[in-house]
Amino acid sequence: MTAPQSPQGAGGAAAPAASAVGAAPALRGLAPDDLEIRLRADESSRVVVLVLYAVAIGWLLVGSIFGDIASFKLHWPDFLTRQGWLTFGRVRTAHLHAVNYGWATAALIGTSVWLLPRLVHTELKGALTALLGGVLFTIGITVGIVGVLLGVNDGMEWLEANRYAAGPFLVIGGGLVGLSLFRTVAARRAQHLYVSVWYILGAFIWFPMLYVVGKWPTWSGVESAAVNWFFAHNVLGFWLTAMSVGAAYYFIPKVLGRPIYSYQLSVIGFWSLALFYSLNGMHHLVGGPIPTWMVTTSIVASVFMFIPVVATGINLHMTVVGRFGALRHSPTLRFVVLGAIAYTAVSLQGSFTALREVNRVTHFTHWTVAHSHVGGYAFVSFVAFGAMYYVVPRLVGHEWPSVRLVRWHFNTVLAGIAIYVIALTWSGVAQGLALLDARLPFQVSVERSIPGLYGRSLGGLILTVGHLIFAYHFWLMVRMPRGATRRTLPPFHEAQPILYTAEADAARRGAPAPAGASAQRRAEGTA
Amino acid sequence: MTRVSLLALGAFAIMAGAICLLVLVPQAMLADVQAPPQLQPYTERQLAGRRVYIANGCVYCHSQQVRDPAFTTDVDRGWGARATVPADYVYDRPHLLGTMRTGPDLINVGQRLPDMDWHLIHLYDPRSLVEWSTMPAFPFLFEEKPRSAVGPNDRVVTIPGPRAPRGVVVVAKPQAVALADYLLSLNRQYPVAADTAGGPRAAH
Repeated sequence: MTAPQSPQGAGGAAAPAASAVGAAPALRGLAPDDLEIRLRADESSRVVVLVLYAVAIGWLLVGSIFGDIASFKLHWPDFLTRQGWLTFGRVRTAHLHAVNYGWATAALIGTSVWLLPRLVHTELKGALTALLGGVLFTIGITVGIVGVLLGVNDGMEWLEANRYAAGPFLVIGGGLVGLSLFRTVAARRAQHLYVSVWYILGAFIWFPMLYVVGKWPTWSGVESAAVNWFFAHNVLGFWLTAMSVGAAYYFIPKVLGRPIYSYQLSVIGFWSLALFYSLNGMHHLVGGPIPTWMVTTSIVASVFMFIPVVATGINLHMTVVGRFGALRHSPTLRFVVLGAIAYTAVSLQGSFTALREVNRVTHFTHWTVAHSHVGGYAFVSFVAFGAMYYVVPRLVGHEWPSVRLVRWHFNTVLAGIAIYVIALTWSGVAQGLALLDARLPFQVSVERSIPGLYGRSLGGLILTVGHLIFAYHFWLMVRMPRGATRRTLPPFHEAQPILYTAEADAARRGAPAPAGASAQRRAEGTA
Repeated sequence: MTRVSLLALGAFAIMAGAICLLVLVPQAMLADVQAPPQLQPYTERQLAGRRVYIANGCVYCHSQQVRDPAFTTDVDRGWGARATVPADYVYDRPHLLGTMRTGPDLINVGQRLPDMDWHLIHLYDPRSLVEWSTMPAFPFLFEEKPRSAVGPNDRVVTIPGPRAPRGVVVVAKPQAVALADYLLSLNRQYPVAADTAGGPRAAH
């Protein structure tokens, strides 16, 4: 723990380098060496990241379809009942695996693999190893999901993929990616480790530990319940959340061209997250048949989660304060800033839900599912989308072809998740209050939850439309020849952008750029 | 921070500490929990039924736990006469405590609904028995065949009411019978000592 984080500082690794539009001939204030390092870093990770992103988007579509089917089944129970592989319990689990271990994991690993070489000023070491790891991991997830659909299920939530069929692929695949990342850090040229690096390395230390504990084959009885929720809660905090927060710590200051608000807060946020999040899991078993001290420990730790959440929240939000206007110009910033806000919101909601009096109502209801989608979607997936909008152009050498598709994607997924969460939260509260009133028959809790379940299906369908738009746009993006449209204007440029000035643009172009068809269209749009 | 080793060690140590506290210590504490004498181990067929329960994801809608009556209405709903305790689950591997009650709790369903035919009909078509049910039907656990093809060992299930399939007889596959048998085995109504390890007595 040394020097304060100053992303502008030359020796400071990392971070978000300056906007400094004033420094004319250098590209946005970059020294030529920095630029060279960055280009080499991007080139070294290009193939791995693009493959992981493509895989991620494939899983996003698969997961969306399974999610929609599962959602329909909760209010149309006679929908698709003839085939075993389409029964609710299997498609729901396929959805969970496809979106968490397929989409979110691949997207965040891809982002981490891209970030790390940049942050430590070197090339990705063992890019082929990482690629092989990504492929093996994907095979493992596929085997796990096909198994679940065929009825091969290890029986614990979040750990259903068969430990002997899928496990080796996941362990070796994830291990190879981790190996490549640790080799990259070992070969670093930047001395200082930027906060994003802590989270990425942490994730690759924590996840293997969690997986081994969760999949250990000897647990039984209530002990297996404790292990189950120890894993299932921590896989969010130490895998998806860790990599997402790491990405948010990079992209927010990077796009804004402004340092992170406070180095001290990022240290507090990181270590207190590790300390308190790791003890949270038993709040999924409030009132259940496990020793009371375990549940109490988790409730206390859940309340203490205020510390990392507020520290990280202040840090990320205060970096944005005063620059909210920039959200109009950068899709990356829009997605990541909203994701960061959702992180604060979902974490505070989680602490609150762990309290016994709240948990009495919400436990065993759709509230929990809504909560998990605020975390898994509005936070993690939004950060992943934002990262992809930033990273892919730097890998394929041209900008996203359509501003309109970016807008449609953003608007659909924002509307979709809002409808989803509001409807399902309402459904959960109605269900929970009905369950707590012993005079009401169980039937009432079912009937009162159903309107919200229809709302959730609507939200889910809108999300799926957004994903199709995004997948189509990604496909358009990668199939264009490299450098085809040398884009001269950043997207969302209609209003006056903050990082974009005519001088900087002229400096970058050097010569008048050939205007591709879409760039032409955009230019007309501004005129 | 500039040292990867320090970062890695700290991250590892914190997680290792959490594993000790929430996994290994409870494991040691719960190691000597004995099965109550009235609790029978599952039979082979019940275990097969339990695998069908897991394979089809019943746990995502049905819990298997009764919580403290001072804290919840579980007992008032008739889901059990007492809160369940760790000893009730010693034969469960893995646990199926569940986290959702889209459907009712099942830890004592064998006592509440002790008729196998009821369960078979209900699995084939829940809404033929419970009109408002949103449970999925599981027709793939059954065969539908012409009456002439029914063998002497077939377990015929007679579906009541207008939702019965026409012109065919419904025969339960072994998985359906095993699953129903497992459901009938879910009965944790025997009394337990109040101090049974980790009971939720002092829940709040």
